[in-house]
Amino acid sequence: MRGRLLAWAVALAIAALTLFPLAVLAAGLAQMDAVLWLHLRQHVLPELLRNTFWLALGVGGGVTLLGVSLAWLTAACRFPGQGWFDWALLLPLALPAYITAFVWVGWLDFTGTLPTWLREGFGLAWHPPVRSLGGAVLVLTLALYPYVYLTARAAFLEQGSRLLEVAQSLGVSRPRAFLRVVLPVAWPGIIAGLLLALMETLADFGAVAVLNVNTFTTAIYHTWFGLFSLQTASQLALMLAGVVLALVLAESWLRGRQATRQHNGGRPVLIDLHGWRGWLAAAWCGTVLLLAFLMPMLQLVVWSAGVWREDLDLRYFGFVGHSLWLGALGAMLVVVLAVALAYARRLRSGALMLLVARFATLGYALPGAVLAVGFFIPVAWLDRQLADAGIVAGPVLAGTIVVMLLAYASRFLAVGFGPVEAGLGRIGRNLDEASATLGVSGWRRLARVHLPLLRVSLLGAAALVFVDILKELPMTLMTRPFGWDTLAVRVFEMTSEGEWQRAALPALAIVLAGLLPVMLLIRQGRHAAD
Amino acid sequence: MRTVFRNLAALSLAVLSVAAPGVHAEEVVVYSARNEQLIKPLFDAYTKASGVQVKFITDKEGPLLARLKAEGNNTPADLLLTVDAGNLWQAANEGLLQAVDSAVLKANIPVHLRDPEQQWFGLSVRARTLVYNKDKVQPAQLASYEDLADPKWKGRLCLRTSKKVYNQSLVAMMIEAYGEAKTETIVRGWVANLAAPPFADDTKAMEAVAAGQCDVTVVNTYYFGRLMEKQPKLPLAIFWPNQQAGGKHAGVHVNISGAGVTRHAKHREQAVKLLEWLSADAAQKHYADVNMEYPANPAVQPDPVVAGWGRFNQNLINVAEAGKLQARAVMLMDRAGYK
Repeated sequence: MRGRLLAWAVALAIAALTLFPLAVLAAGLAQMDAVLWLHLRQHVLPELLRNTFWLALGVGGGVTLLGVSLAWLTAACRFPGQGWFDWALLLPLALPAYITAFVWVGWLDFTGTLPTWLREGFGLAWHPPVRSLGGAVLVLTLALYPYVYLTARAAFLEQGSRLLEVAQSLGVSRPRAFLRVVLPVAWPGIIAGLLLALMETLADFGAVAVLNVNTFTTAIYHTWFGLFSLQTASQLALMLAGVVLALVLAESWLRGRQATRQHNGGRPVLIDLHGWRGWLAAAWCGTVLLLAFLMPMLQLVVWSAGVWREDLDLRYFGFVGHSLWLGALGAMLVVVLAVALAYARRLRSGALMLLVARFATLGYALPGAVLAVGFFIPVAWLDRQLADAGIVAGPVLAGTIVVMLLAYASRFLAVGFGPVEAGLGRIGRNLDEASATLGVSGWRRLARVHLPLLRVSLLGAAALVFVDILKELPMTLMTRPFGWDTLAVRVFEMTSEGEWQRAALPALAIVLAGLLPVMLLIRQGRHAAD
Repeated sequence: MRTVFRNLAALSLAVLSVAAPGVHAEEVVVYSARNEQLIKPLFDAYTKASGVQVKFITDKEGPLLARLKAEGNNTPADLLLTVDAGNLWQAANEGLLQAVDSAVLKANIPVHLRDPEQQWFGLSVRARTLVYNKDKVQPAQLASYEDLADPKWKGRLCLRTSKKVYNQSLVAMMIEAYGEAKTETIVRGWVANLAAPPFADDTKAMEAVAAGQCDVTVVNTYYFGRLMEKQPKLPLAIFWPNQQAGGKHAGVHVNISGAGVTRHAKHREQAVKLLEWLSADAAQKHYADVNMEYPANPAVQPDPVVAGWGRFNQNLINVAEAGKLQARAVMLMDRAGYK
């Protein structure tokens, strides 16, 4: 009984990180600015609703296709370069999407490398319309597929190989077995990654701004910065959060109707792809890696080469240090909270707990700066109460690392929760029952039974959150202590006045700083599964 | 594992020391939307000259304003620095700034570049002008911002997105000069003349002009300076529009980077001193030169490269109007289909 009460307490405490900001945004709901809303409805919303819908659909389809195919190849097959692709395919995560967007514009727009070459070399006046909805789908798909890749990969690895073997021994062909057995079992994991990619797409501002596509989120900033109405912007943000909430609840409901899946274990036996099949697999992985990571990286290196003499100084040790510290501590905090929340939900599996869990992870779907303000206002309020009561002289909470880490948690809980929940879902309930008969139950069972089985998912979640924090901007800008500038802050300083090439240096540093942890975590995950 | 714990202990110490109220005798705290690389050298110079420490945080204007508001009387910020008049006006409008009656500031900063209520002051001038392709356009063909709406520019105009505050200010000032109906006709004319969808930044728009995608664009001069410094051979040149005398629409549209003392400043005197220091002599020169802008103080000469672009008459409507009319300008551009 105590375990159940504790489950509620834990879940509510975690959800508070998002519920407070949401409540702040909702506080303005009572006052609707009728003139502004009429204007938005007439001149702004129709276009962007259409854009947002197609963008979400395009990116959703794109990341699923890329993520699942790549994950199956690297997790279940053997082909030239497979061990290397296994972790390298995650690297695009370390590139901020708005940087990639700028790089693609630099290649493909009228003044870009390719059209200029075509024009001057062959007199061909053609350029692909990269600053468009299609361009945004391309750029965001290449930037976000690793979310699906990572969760699908974990699903395939934790699923083991017995399913496929059993299906095949029953006379089902391998492609059919994949579609009928392997994919459905991995589906919750795939969906978890897909939801993350979609949430990030909906909340993205930087990339779509560079690509000149108006989405729901650009309208939110448009209303806030251009029309000076944070209140109406908050109302728009709540609408966005509402849509996402409906989406994730629908997903949970769909999943809830499926029978609980078993953890099948078994050493994965890799399928050998011989001859041309193997090379085809390598070519597919290689093409994605080239477009999503290697070529943008090369561009960043070229740009950095032009500016590092002036811009690279000793302060970079500080920037890198701050980024790594925040990334590591933030990732630990988020994973701990994600496990606690996921486990609380396993202990109390009612609809109300589901709702609490879903609310707790909504922070990821809000435009960053809006969430940052929503998070900051309660903190500043608390600070003011303390100061007014004469307990302290000035703000003591705002501008501390603790608050900064909690801010990251409210933003990135979804990133940790998705993979963890999916992983936990793959562990059958009969394992719970078995351990209960051995006298291990409740929260102790979590440590003794579940956590060891979850290692791949946990490490994957930690890697995701770590890299996301390295790239994160609005929360960092709003909550960092004086002097705690990070690499992402450097990128902001350069890009906000249009100095994109100078931004290449800190962007490159973000990738390098994210590289090692991602590599280690992925390899660890592989060993844990073996 | 032990090192991890040691590091954690060190970190929590760091957290505490950050949280502890400062014991510096003299300091001033700045919230800045102007980039770190543009202000830090100046603040360092100020510390050297006065012994006063300058602590600062950078962020975008919107979040900084929201932050000031949330912190209320408990804010650590003494000075708010932005890169456009609109947000300073908005800060004053929301009661986040206080009036400063300073003879020094009045003497150094022209009337149209500071708040009539003395709540904020321009520190550098950002001129938004025309840049054209020398191979395709004769300067005599150019006249004014409004002339770019003429059908003769069909398929020859490139513009930056209307989401950028620089364009919002420009249109706001046109509303002040021409009224809303005429301004909307002009903006619709611009949209009809566009050769490409609006660009995300001024530099991209100029590159399109240089590459021949279009012939003319509207940009802040320092972007022109920066681009030409890197690629001096580009066939681009500056044209100063609206130079005929008379009327509210006369003169090149200028915006400011500026600052105001926050209402609840804990170091008000120090903040005013810093502001005065920034408005004079050497600081003015550096403040503007570091980003190829124009000093707000007319007694201070611009950088030789900047001066080389020629002299021009500024539009003399008070830049506060840009803030007052910004929301209307944005709605107008939405209506006109200017993205």
